[in-house]
Amino acid sequence: MEAYKRIQLSRKSGRPTGLDFVNHVVTDFFEMHGDRRFADDPAIVAGVGRLCGKPITVIAQEKGHTMKERTFRNFGSPHPEGYRKALRLMKQAEKFGRPVLCFVDTSGAFCGTGAEERGQGLAIAENLCEMMTLKVPILTVFIGEGGSGGALALAVADQVWMLENAYYAVISPEGCASILWKDSKKVREASDSLRCVPEDLLELGLIERILPESDQDALWRTLPLELSEEFDALEAMTSEERCAKRYARFRKMGVFKE
Amino acid sequence: MLKSANFKPSRNQLENMGVATAGSGFTEQPQVPDQLCTKCPGCGKTIFTSDMRANLWMCPSCGYHFKYPARKHLLKICDENSFEEWDTGLRSTDFLHFPGYAVKLKSARLNSRENESVISGKAAIEGEPCAIFAMDSRFMMGSMGSVVGEKITRLFERATEERLPVIGFTLSGGARMQEGTTSLMQMAKTSGAVKYHSDAGLLYITVLTNPTTGGVTASFAMEGDILLSEPGALIGFAGPRVIEQTMRQKLPKGFQSAEFLLEKGFLDGIVPRPEQRKVLAQLLRLHRKEA
Repeated sequence: MEAYKRIQLSRKSGRPTGLDFVNHVVTDFFEMHGDRRFADDPAIVAGVGRLCGKPITVIAQEKGHTMKERTFRNFGSPHPEGYRKALRLMKQAEKFGRPVLCFVDTSGAFCGTGAEERGQGLAIAENLCEMMTLKVPILTVFIGEGGSGGALALAVADQVWMLENAYYAVISPEGCASILWKDSKKVREASDSLRCVPEDLLELGLIERILPESDQDALWRTLPLELSEEFDALEAMTSEERCAKRYARFRKMGVFKE
Repeated sequence: MLKSANFKPSRNQLENMGVATAGSGFTEQPQVPDQLCTKCPGCGKTIFTSDMRANLWMCPSCGYHFKYPARKHLLKICDENSFEEWDTGLRSTDFLHFPGYAVKLKSARLNSRENESVISGKAAIEGEPCAIFAMDSRFMMGSMGSVVGEKITRLFERATEERLPVIGFTLSGGARMQEGTTSLMQMAKTSGAVKYHSDAGLLYITVLTNPTTGGVTASFAMEGDILLSEPGALIGFAGPRVIEQTMRQKLPKGFQSAEFLLEKGFLDGIVPRPEQRKVLAQLLRLHRKEA
């Protein structure tokens, strides 16, 4: 399938959102609100629950289903307070020694005046730094859109998995077409050139797994077990080993001549 | 040792090499063209380009800070003959076969006479040793691809090993689209290296220059212990045009300027070029651990 069609599928309404994943994968969920500094950001849902019986911290970008929900969730584009809430809960997970599971689905971190005034760049940068050395396991699943820094701020993880109709790009294909070619109609060409669909990313060594999504019920059944198995494997390591491996995972990313 | 190449390609040479130049659809021109006079974006006065360049690339009339070529900036900041450049051999490649990237790289190398948009190494400032980097607007607007990510990461790793503080002059339009998601990963990679340097108890000072935006703002530019800026620098995550499109309104004058960030609490200070060397040396001395 061509890249642009996949990107359109990743944005399709009716697709399970972050909160749907939380509800199907985690039991005993308790949502926690706010960054303790400015506000609560509804574009990020976070809390504590159980994965196959074990306590876990879960953080999900949420777009909403209905127009009313989508407006409330700011269409899944977080403000700095959303990223700060996520970091607060990650630090809490570290304190209580439970793993962190993130679901990514955002067209990008919000590009507005309030976001800039409250330090969008700084909020993302702090997450990148802190997640790299967080002592508990982190696993991130891309369930739809993976828009640039706004997605990466929840994806400095030990493993990154993607649904087959998700994407993970440095810039939206629309943005790329308009900046590079001053022509928003070149969005298909941009989608192909950015190499942002799961198969490309797996080949480039940027993600670990692709999850088939044609059978939704099967996904709801198997995903918790697969996640739980992976967390068990990650927890078998010491935190020093795990952090070293996490850094090494990103350290090898990059292609150049020398 | 800093080398200043005398080679300057003419437009004809560029065109002969298959490189698009200004006027033929190629849009990334140096801000200050090689001409006798320049109009200052700060005060609107027409000034002699040579006067501006002799004045630390600032407007002699209003002090507006023009984009400073990275190597020239490093020469002014570092003690004479102290700069030892690191990782000079790294070259970007068009590994995704992205339309137009190979030509853009070639043109950026000719235009900037640099191999990439960041220059890194070790130096001394008023005798204080440090690792140091600076970014150059003439190389694809300081965008971060694999080579920038790798050079910054290596700089922090080596500085951690040699227990050196790091000083960085940032300038960037963001992550480099032409290397796709791999460019985005450089944000995480550099942030990891900064974090390990920080956890080792070492100092990192950033000097944000005009413009610092996108993926560089959202990674190593904002991760300093001390955040300084040049006056008037544009600093942000999203660019002003993107915000205007999102909000469907004009931005107030000075939004995302260094002065605005200082007021909002995101900068430690604004330091004009003539004072930078003195201020950086002072901060390095204040953090020196006596043996």
